[in-house]
Amino acid sequence: MHPILKLLAQRLALGIVLLFAASVLIFVGTTILPGDVAQSILGQSATPQALANLRTELGLNDPPVARYFAWLGGVLQGDLGTALTNGRDISESLGGRFRNTMFLAFWAALVSVPLAILLGLIAVRFRDRWPDKLISGITLTSISIPEFLIGYVLMFFVAVKLGWAPSVAMINDSMTLGQKLNAISLPVAVLTLVVLAHMMRMTRAAILNVMQSAYIETAELKGLSTFEVIRKHAFPNAIAPIVNVVMLNLAYLVVGVVVIEVVFVYPGMGQYLVDHVSKRDVPVVQACGLIFAAVYIVLNMVADIVSILANPRLRHPK
Amino acid sequence: MNEQLQQMSRDVAKGRMTRREFVGRAAALGVTAVAANAMLASSARAAGPVRGGTLKLGSSGGESTNTMDPALTASEVPLSNIRHWGETLTEVNPDGTLEHWLAESVEPSADAKTWAFKIRKGVEFSNGKTMTPEDVLKTMQRHSNDESKSGALGIMKGIADMKVDGDNFIVELETANADLPYLMADYHLMIQPDGGMDNPAAGIGTGAYTIEFDEPGVRHGFKRRDNYWNPDKRGFTEFSEVLVLNDATARTAALQSGQVHMINRVEPKVASLLDRAPNLSVKSVSGRGHYVFIAHIDTAPFDNNDLRLALKYAINRVELVDKILRGYGSVGNDMPINKSYPLFDNTIEQRTYDVAKAKEHYAASGHDGSPIILRVSDGAFPGAVDAASLFQQSAQAAGIPLEIKREPNDGYWSEVWNVQPFCASYWGGRPVQDQMYTTAYLSTADWNDTRWKRPEFDEMLLAARAELDNAKRKEIYSKMGQMLRNEGGLILPMFNDFISGVANNVGGWEDDPNGEVMNNKSSIKCWVMDT
Repeated sequence: MHPILKLLAQRLALGIVLLFAASVLIFVGTTILPGDVAQSILGQSATPQALANLRTELGLNDPPVARYFAWLGGVLQGDLGTALTNGRDISESLGGRFRNTMFLAFWAALVSVPLAILLGLIAVRFRDRWPDKLISGITLTSISIPEFLIGYVLMFFVAVKLGWAPSVAMINDSMTLGQKLNAISLPVAVLTLVVLAHMMRMTRAAILNVMQSAYIETAELKGLSTFEVIRKHAFPNAIAPIVNVVMLNLAYLVVGVVVIEVVFVYPGMGQYLVDHVSKRDVPVVQACGLIFAAVYIVLNMVADIVSILANPRLRHPK
Repeated sequence: MNEQLQQMSRDVAKGRMTRREFVGRAAALGVTAVAANAMLASSARAAGPVRGGTLKLGSSGGESTNTMDPALTASEVPLSNIRHWGETLTEVNPDGTLEHWLAESVEPSADAKTWAFKIRKGVEFSNGKTMTPEDVLKTMQRHSNDESKSGALGIMKGIADMKVDGDNFIVELETANADLPYLMADYHLMIQPDGGMDNPAAGIGTGAYTIEFDEPGVRHGFKRRDNYWNPDKRGFTEFSEVLVLNDATARTAALQSGQVHMINRVEPKVASLLDRAPNLSVKSVSGRGHYVFIAHIDTAPFDNNDLRLALKYAINRVELVDKILRGYGSVGNDMPINKSYPLFDNTIEQRTYDVAKAKEHYAASGHDGSPIILRVSDGAFPGAVDAASLFQQSAQAAGIPLEIKREPNDGYWSEVWNVQPFCASYWGGRPVQDQMYTTAYLSTADWNDTRWKRPEFDEMLLAARAELDNAKRKEIYSKMGQMLRNEGGLILPMFNDFISGVANNVGGWEDDPNGEVMNNKSSIKCWVMDT
C-alpha cells in the first residue's frame, strides 16, 4: 500500500478509537457527578415524594453499564435521546444550537484566518521593523486580556455609548442574513481578537523558520523580491504548522466560546451545555460532550492529514 | 400654546402622534426636549394604558432546560412565561390584599374548614373552550395527586377533599385555614383546560397571551389574544417577549442600549450608577425575600441554644446590609417575617451586634472552642461568600471560631442546603405568615431546613390559621415570631430588595413586594408609551 494511504488509514482508525474512548470518559464523568437530575430539576422545591416519583419516571434506577450501552446504541443510530429536564428531543434542540455555534465560528474564522495569515506575512516581510512590532504588540495585548473583558469593553463603547451594534447577539431563524450578521458583529470581533495572535505568531514563526533554509537563499540570489520569496517559496513549505494552529483555533471557536456566548447571550452550544450541566441533565451533557470531542478529533485529524499530504518526503517515497 | 401642547401630548398617549413628532413640534414651539418628554410622560400616565407595540423583558433565571409546565416552574423566566398564558383563582395585590380573579367570590364556612370558590363565568381558554369548575378541580387534582412533581404539593397537602358543586369549586380542609384564598394565588396553580392532564406545557390557559415562540434558555414570545376576558387590566401590548439574559452585565447593557424595556435583578453595586442613565430608572422594592444562615438545631453544636444566641449576637446586620446589599435591603431580626407581611408585630425588639452578649452566651454554651464550620457558596445568595467572611470577622471579635468552607454553586441545593448542619441559604418569602411558617417551620414540613420541631409552635400555627379575628391572629403570630427569634436555628441578618431597571417609555409600572419585576407580572400589566 502507498505509505500515504497507510498513514491516512491509521490516522482515521485512531480517530475512531479516540472517539470511543471519549464516549466512555464522558459517560463515566457524568455518572460520578454529585447530586442527581431529579433533585436539580425540582431544586429547592423538592419534596421526598416528588423526588422519588421523578426518579422512577426518568429511569435513574437502572445500572450504569446498561445505561451506557443503551445510550451508545442510540447514538450510533443517530438518536441522542430526550432531555430529562423538559422532555425535548436532544437532536432537535441541539441541531439549532449547533448550527448557531457553527455560524458564529464560521464568520469568526472567515475574518480571523485570512487576517492572521496576512498579518503574519506582513510581519515577516517587515521583520523587526515597526509594522512587525506594531502587529505583534496589538495581537499579544488582545490575547493577554481575558475575553470577557474585551467583550464588556466593546459592549460598553460600541453598543451602549455609540449604539452601532446590539449588545445582545440573539439570532433566530426569522432574521435575514444581514440582521444576523449585525447581531453577531460584536462577538465576531471579540473572537477575532482572541484567536488572531496565536495564528499570526505561528504563521510568522513558521515562515521565518523556512526562511532559514538554503533554497530561500537561492531564491533570494535569483533576485526575487522579498514578498515573492515569501509567497512562492516560504509560505507553501510552512503550510503544515500553519494549518495545525488554524485547526486548533477553529476547534476553539466551536467548543471554547462559552464565555462569549454567555456575555453576548448567543444561543449556541456552550450555553446549552452549561445549563444542562447545572441541572444534571446527563443525556444532554453526554451529547454535547460527544459532539465537542468529535469536533476536536476531526479538526486535529484534518490538520494531521494536511501535514502528511504536505510532507514531500512522504509524497515521494524512495 | 400650553393647551395646544397638552392636546398634542394626549394625542401621543392615544397613539395618534409619534413621540418623535411631538418632541419636534414642541421644539418648534420653543419647548426643550427634556420638558417635552416630562410633559409626555405625565400625560401618558394620566391617559392610561397605551395599546399595541412590543414589550421586552430581559430576565435572569432562565435556562435551556425550562418548560412551560406550571408544576415545574421554579425560577424567574419560567414564572414570567406562565403568567402570560395562565391565571390563578386569586391574586395577591401589591398592597398585600387579595383580589378575586378566576374565582368571582370566595366563601368560607364558619369554621374556615370548607371553602367555596365561585368560578367566574364566560371565561374562555385560549383554545376557545369555556372554563368550568371541572377544569379547576382537575387542575388542583393534578397538583395534589400522589404522582405529582408539582412545586405546589406542599400547599395541597392539607386538603382533605375537593369537589364541584354547581358553579362552585369546593375545598374541604383537614384543619381550618383562614389563608386558603392566598394559597390559591400560588403561581403553580394556573388553571388549565382539563387540568392540563394531557399536555401541561402546551400553554393553554385563561391568560391574555398565547405562545408565539418558545426557545428555552434564549427567548420566549407571546402574542395578545382577542378573546381575553379582562382586557382592561392585562394584555395592553400586541407582543411580549422574555429574553433570557443571565449575565448581569449583558442585562444592564441591553437595557441601556434599548434592546429591552425592563430587566430584573440589577446588581446592588451598579444600581445607583445605572439610575443616572437618562432614559431609564431603577426601581427598588423591599420585599419578603431574605438571606440567611441556617443551623440544624438537632445537631451538635447547634443543639445548644446559648451557642445559637451567641452566633445571632455575633453577626453585624447593619454592616451586611451596607456592604452586601449596598443599602438595598433592611436588617432582619432572626425571624422570617418583616413589615411587608400583613399582621406583622413591629414592637418586637430589634437584635443588634453585641460583642459582650455574644461572649456571654458563647461562654454559657460551654463550646470546646473547636471551629464551627459554616458552608457557603454564592449560589446560596449573591455575595454569600463575602457575607460569611464578614460574619467570621465580627464573630472573631467575640471569640467565636467560625470557619468558612466554600462549596461549589453547582449542586448546592442538593448537597449542602438541608443536608449540612450549618450553611448559607435564601428564602423568597411567601404572601402570608402562615404559608411561610408552614413551608419551613412546621414540624412536618419537608423544607424544615433548621429542624425546628416544636409541638407548641405547631399548635399556635394551627390556632392562628383557624382564627378569623385578625387582632388575635396578630397576637399569636407575634408570639411565634419571638419564639423563633429567641430559640430557632435561623440567623436572619437581612431582607433583600428587588431591584429592577425600567425604561422611561414603559407605562403601568407599580412596585410590588410579592416578587421581582412586579411579581413577574410586568410583562402582562405594563405597556409601551411610544409605539
